[in-house]
Amino acid sequence: MQVPPALRPLCYFWVQFVRTWKGDVSTTFFTPLLFLASIGAGLGSLVGHGRPLASLGGENYVSFVAPALLATTAMQVAIARATYEVFGYCNFWTGAYRSMQASPISTGQIVTGQLTWIAARVLLASALYLCVSAIFGAVHSPAAAADLVVGPLVGLAFGAPIAAYAVTVRHDQPFTIIFRLVMMPLFLFSGTFFPLSQLPAALRYLAYALPLWHGVALSRDLYYGRVDVLADLGHALYLVAVTLAGALVARATFEKRLAR
Amino acid sequence: MSDALVSARGLEKRFGDFAAVAGVDFEVYRGEAFGFLGPNGAGKSSTMRMVGATSGRSAGELTVLGLDPADRGPEIRARLGVVPQEDNLDLELSVADNLFVYGRYFGIGRKELRQRIEGLLEFARLSERAGDRVDNLSGGLKRRLTIARALVNEPQLILLDEPTTGLDPQARHLLWDRLYSLKHEGVTLVLTTHYMEEAEQLCDRLVVMDKGTIIAQGSPRELVERYVTREVLEFRFRPGEAPGTQTVLPLSNGLVTRAEGVADRLLLYTDEGDKAAETLISSGLSPLSHLVRRASLEDVFLTLTGRALTD
Repeated sequence: MQVPPALRPLCYFWVQFVRTWKGDVSTTFFTPLLFLASIGAGLGSLVGHGRPLASLGGENYVSFVAPALLATTAMQVAIARATYEVFGYCNFWTGAYRSMQASPISTGQIVTGQLTWIAARVLLASALYLCVSAIFGAVHSPAAAADLVVGPLVGLAFGAPIAAYAVTVRHDQPFTIIFRLVMMPLFLFSGTFFPLSQLPAALRYLAYALPLWHGVALSRDLYYGRVDVLADLGHALYLVAVTLAGALVARATFEKRLAR
Repeated sequence: MSDALVSARGLEKRFGDFAAVAGVDFEVYRGEAFGFLGPNGAGKSSTMRMVGATSGRSAGELTVLGLDPADRGPEIRARLGVVPQEDNLDLELSVADNLFVYGRYFGIGRKELRQRIEGLLEFARLSERAGDRVDNLSGGLKRRLTIARALVNEPQLILLDEPTTGLDPQARHLLWDRLYSLKHEGVTLVLTTHYMEEAEQLCDRLVVMDKGTIIAQGSPRELVERYVTREVLEFRFRPGEAPGTQTVLPLSNGLVTRAEGVADRLLLYTDEGDKAAETLISSGLSPLSHLVRRASLEDVFLTLTGRALTD
């Protein structure tokens, strides 16, 4: 049976991954692990002396931070792929997209393949992270397993629009701005380390408008096993909508870039 | 039904106001080696990308393997081999991995692919380098790998965009040798080049392109016979001392039919080179050196456009 064209690019990404996975593990695994240990467990022991607090939704600090870090890790892994990797593949130094283009794979299928790969990488990071946070005693419900879907969804909500942008740039400097001015503030201020209610109203609404907070909220409900069907469905649909919009734009920008 | 694998009528490619390809007609027949000869910017690569179904046409008709690239792109690409102008190999992967990944793009099964790769490595004389990173290969070896890669789907038609540009003469001859053997096996080749020697060596038929249009077509021999004389007499002068073409022509007793000045060289088109040289030197012309050579496609291009083919 033949592999469908949209999944054929994965062969290339896989071969690259097999070659470089050891280096990747540091960013996708150790960074969240260090945050969980230092901020979650370390700093957390000072917050309410490590006991559950009403202001943290009745959880202790490490349990408050752990599910949020799954969502931020998903974002970070996806953005790293969608910026430098996509940029590299569409420019000549590896020429990966150009090679795919000469085969029966269409440009739309290249986009699908690339986004599928980003989702797969986030899935792997999410699975590893789930295990680690379980060791820290932060997983309170089997529903947390659903984060294996939520993680990739958060990743795609960032990965799709950013990949759409990454093929249009001529130099990689703008990515530094994405890392510092988009990723870092979102990481810190999306209800990750303190409840969003602590933020001034304007910033709070900004956080609501961006995908990460939805991922954080969804992941918390799953970790605690307190699923609010309507609210969580809303979060998920929002992430799906951003992903689809990003993928549509990506299709257009990839076609424009690769037609040259 | 005709046996044309590629057929173009009034084919155009525009980028904004600029016409990279300004209406060309040509046909490529099964089993032949067909060339596009022209300087950089003549529209050769744009034409190749349209034939390769990776770039849409702006106007005109085009069929490749009997299909229209506008709506049958994937089917066409599945049966084409493409050797792009710049090797887009993955430098960090091994020689064999480059072939493997590319084969997978065509949906070839793993087992079948491994067998094909063995044959391709042998064909490209790369079997011993199978495990090496592409980074470490010379330019000539990279090109051979790119050609081997283009054969992974066993294509009926291979498009080669400037296959030997930038290679040293030895690597170039090895590559030509590989292309001959493909042609011998019945594979149809379409190539672009700005080396007249390459066109003469490889092409059964070619078109000469300049500024997006076809300015002449035929076999290399036909073109030389039609546009230039049998021989060319080249005179080289001290810088600034080359006489005008109009002063030289009358001195040759009608032996030279046409003259072109290129910097400090004078190219004199004649059927009897040695005799013309003797006549001109005895009539007072004193070049630094002279040589008589067979006329080439370079001369055809110069005759047609008044400009040299390479820079």
